[in-house]
Amino acid sequence: MTFWTDVFWPAIKILIILNAVLILVALLVWAERRISAFIQDRLGPNRVGPAGLLQSFADLLKFIFKEDVTPGHVNKPYFVLAPALAVMPAMIALAVVPFASTLIIADVDIGILFVFAISSLGVYGITIGGWASNNKYSLLGGIRSSAQMISYEICLGLAVIGVFMLSRTLRLQTVVEMQGDGIWLFGNHYGGFAKILDWNVFKQPLGFLIFMIAGFAETNRLPFDLPEAEQELVAGYHTEYSSMKFALFFLGEYAAMFVMSAVAVTLFLGGWTLFGLEELGWFVQLLIFLGKVLALLFFFIWVRWTLPRFRYDQLMRLGWQVFLPLGLLNIVLTGVLKLIFKV
Amino acid sequence: MTEREILEGRVDRTEEGEIEFEERLEAEDRMVLNMGPSHPSTHGVLRVILTLNGERIEGAELDIGYLHRAMEKIAEHHGFHKFIPYTDRWDYLAPIANNMTYVTAIEKLLGVEPPPRAEALRVIAWEIGRIQSHLLGLGAFAMDVGAMTIFLWTFREREILYDLIERICGARFTTSYARIGGVDRDAPEGWLESLRTFCLDFPRRVDEYETLLTRNRIWLDRLEGVGVIPKDLALSHGLSGPNLRGSGVEYDLRKEEPYCGYENYEFDVPVGSRGDCLDRYLCRIEEMRQSARIILQAVERIPDGPVCLDDYKTSIPEKQSVLTRMEELIHQFMVVTEGPRAAKGSEFYFRAENPKGILGIYAVGAGTNRPQRLRIRGPSFMNLSVLPKVLPGHMIPDTVAILGSIDFVMGECDR
Repeated sequence: MTFWTDVFWPAIKILIILNAVLILVALLVWAERRISAFIQDRLGPNRVGPAGLLQSFADLLKFIFKEDVTPGHVNKPYFVLAPALAVMPAMIALAVVPFASTLIIADVDIGILFVFAISSLGVYGITIGGWASNNKYSLLGGIRSSAQMISYEICLGLAVIGVFMLSRTLRLQTVVEMQGDGIWLFGNHYGGFAKILDWNVFKQPLGFLIFMIAGFAETNRLPFDLPEAEQELVAGYHTEYSSMKFALFFLGEYAAMFVMSAVAVTLFLGGWTLFGLEELGWFVQLLIFLGKVLALLFFFIWVRWTLPRFRYDQLMRLGWQVFLPLGLLNIVLTGVLKLIFKV
Repeated sequence: MTEREILEGRVDRTEEGEIEFEERLEAEDRMVLNMGPSHPSTHGVLRVILTLNGERIEGAELDIGYLHRAMEKIAEHHGFHKFIPYTDRWDYLAPIANNMTYVTAIEKLLGVEPPPRAEALRVIAWEIGRIQSHLLGLGAFAMDVGAMTIFLWTFREREILYDLIERICGARFTTSYARIGGVDRDAPEGWLESLRTFCLDFPRRVDEYETLLTRNRIWLDRLEGVGVIPKDLALSHGLSGPNLRGSGVEYDLRKEEPYCGYENYEFDVPVGSRGDCLDRYLCRIEEMRQSARIILQAVERIPDGPVCLDDYKTSIPEKQSVLTRMEELIHQFMVVTEGPRAAKGSEFYFRAENPKGILGIYAVGAGTNRPQRLRIRGPSFMNLSVLPKVLPGHMIPDTVAILGSIDFVMGECDR
């Protein structure tokens, strides 16, 4: 009994979800390259496999077989440790992401706290990598990322407090369920298509906005990709990395993007619910969830290939002087509205 | 530590000297960052040595010369005609414009005048060069600031221009289209029409770039008030082209000292007011529109007639007659092997408004088929000279924005 429920099934779930997400990440890299190509009037990778779908796997093979260069001037233990540290948090954070009502590795009561606690570790990989490389560009990239990620984590945290004031729980499954049960308006219950209005994005628009922007900063995506700004810092913190170590940084970044989208979908976009279709079973729920995540990921990619990059001091000013007060304002507003409408 | 001291402290150029200098600064909690010569945004092989306090720049020194190819010395060892292909390699983003400037200078030295059709074709070539150069400058600039898509969008239009250039002179990049006394060959059939179509469509494409950039909040935040070059600084450092006009000095050689019939064309000269990166960007954007306007006028009223002088002492005879007639064959042999001679002591300084700024050629005749001296005034060299004054006080991301907005090309700076 305990072996099957506590060890065996979770292990199977971990295996399936982890591998599925890794494959999704590989496809995400392909999608990014294809979409950016279409934005830029190019074709993008279209030779390996149908429509180039296998490009990422070919790249992965190449990474594995490349020579793993460790420059002589690096601090070796930390240099080796950093890529692992960078890729781990995103993978661990997957544990509490509710893919469907039954498909979740660990349905813990402090779901979102766990996500924040783990994903904030991601900065260590980057900072240590930048420092251990013993290269000025890498160091600057590492310093930038630590400052940036710490500042924006606060905004990220403040943005979701409103959601939890509404749902009165940190458990992600409950947050999703509460977004899918329709809305009460003037004593009438509305289901069906109106259920979409129950999503937190409509109840917490400001919170969603701050969350998304901070999410961009947290995942080091343009317009906040300062730690690896190619034109300024060559390649930032991973300048000295090659072969599979570089691939791990790369993987960590895309996995973090996936987790960030998954959390945003869970908290604000109704998770695996959609017009009551979720009653058809866990597979439909999974499809709904992935569909929403992919739509958000497309948005991530779209923004990256459209906007220029912020400057370091502008980014910090934006975080501390604009989003932090806005986040606090959102909490106050939510509290006041809660008092007025007694929800 | 002031910038002056840094400059004075850096007399010792040996490797030990540089290491010692770096250690001295690091003792004062400053970091020396060696940007370039192979850095993604130093556009070629510019080396900038930055002294940093955190990310703030306290001192900047330029190290140029990594692309020095002794162009001026080479000119003294080749005939006037044979040097034309070398001009492709100065500002290699607008080779066709360099051809024209060089050849016009030599013609002035020799005292010959090209026929009117050749002059119109030269104006077209200059303006095509300007559009080409500004397009790449804009793309690279936007990419440095992080907007990568613009770079590839500008390539669409550059591709069309390269196709057009290929049709008129056979090469896409190293054009060598000019000849002393005119141009290499006449525009092929339908070429002017294709060019017209492109120029009619082009302003719409420029609008498209502007939708992505000009009113973009991030783009404005990155450029406004960054890299300000005041008027007097721009003048004292000999800046020219869009960089000078961005600083609010209305000085365009096409208006001030018209050459090749530029006085017959209607166009505006955009001028900035603050001299920051944004002004330089806006100047270039507008100049592209104006260039398209000039080309349209040139295409409209291009006169008929020969495209090269029929004075075979200076110009190469037409190929068909070389193949069939004795005298032309001899002339062709003489022009190609020997070439025109410039009188001893004759000298001329010609300057033209090239895409990057004023390209000046000072040529002195030696009584032979080679110049005694050929001095090239590359605008990028002067434009870069202002950087040590502008960079301190900015941050690293501003460095790449300023470098991009100056729009230099090292092939022309180092020559």
